[in-house]
Amino acid sequence: MTLEISQKIVDAILEQSRAEYPDECCGVVLGPVGSDKALRLKPMINSAHSPTFYEFDPKDLLALYREVDDNDEEIVVIYHSHTETEAYPSRTDIAYAGEPGAHYVLVSTRKEIAPATEFRSYRIIDGVVTEEPVVITA
Amino acid sequence: MTIEVRIPTILRPYTKDQKAVSAEGATLSAVITNLDSNYAGLGERLLENGALRRFINVYINDEDVRFLGGLEAPIKDGDSITILPAVAGG
Repeated sequence: MTLEISQKIVDAILEQSRAEYPDECCGVVLGPVGSDKALRLKPMINSAHSPTFYEFDPKDLLALYREVDDNDEEIVVIYHSHTETEAYPSRTDIAYAGEPGAHYVLVSTRKEIAPATEFRSYRIIDGVVTEEPVVITA
Repeated sequence: MTIEVRIPTILRPYTKDQKAVSAEGATLSAVITNLDSNYAGLGERLLENGALRRFINVYINDEDVRFLGGLEAPIKDGDSITILPAVAGG
């Protein structure tokens, strides 16, 4: 599997990560059901407001799934930022990964690599992490 | 009394890929027991040591069951239950 995603969405996610520093930021990218196309960015609130943890608020989560259903969309990407560590799934990321069909994107905006950033994508299924290529389109 | 329970993708292997199933029970706890008797193993994915798992969200209609009494939350005819895995991590 490869994740194809536009430069505009990548930039917006990195910007959100910088804006919410030092807390982790999070969100989803939606696409038409069955398409696997990451087209519509939807930033979410990190209800944990933490530099080491993120969680969608349960009310926001239900609203998100309702919206996705109503629009015949699906969650193509679930992303969050690591603000001090590399863009690789943590043990908690792996333990809580509950969407086997989603691309789990991690970005890192940690200081020691600035101004460079990392944007990486994974499948996380039954505790197994598989990194996949990311193709950034114009 | 039959209610509809919406099942998230990750738990559909237990329900033969059905997105929604029917269940019975006057409380959430009874509904989960009923679900587990029809879809073996599902109960264990929802409960841990007799409590709802921390990273499973259950809603009755539009309300998070944590605000409705948790496992003891009463279920009425026509209610709809939605199960969603939390989106969370570190």
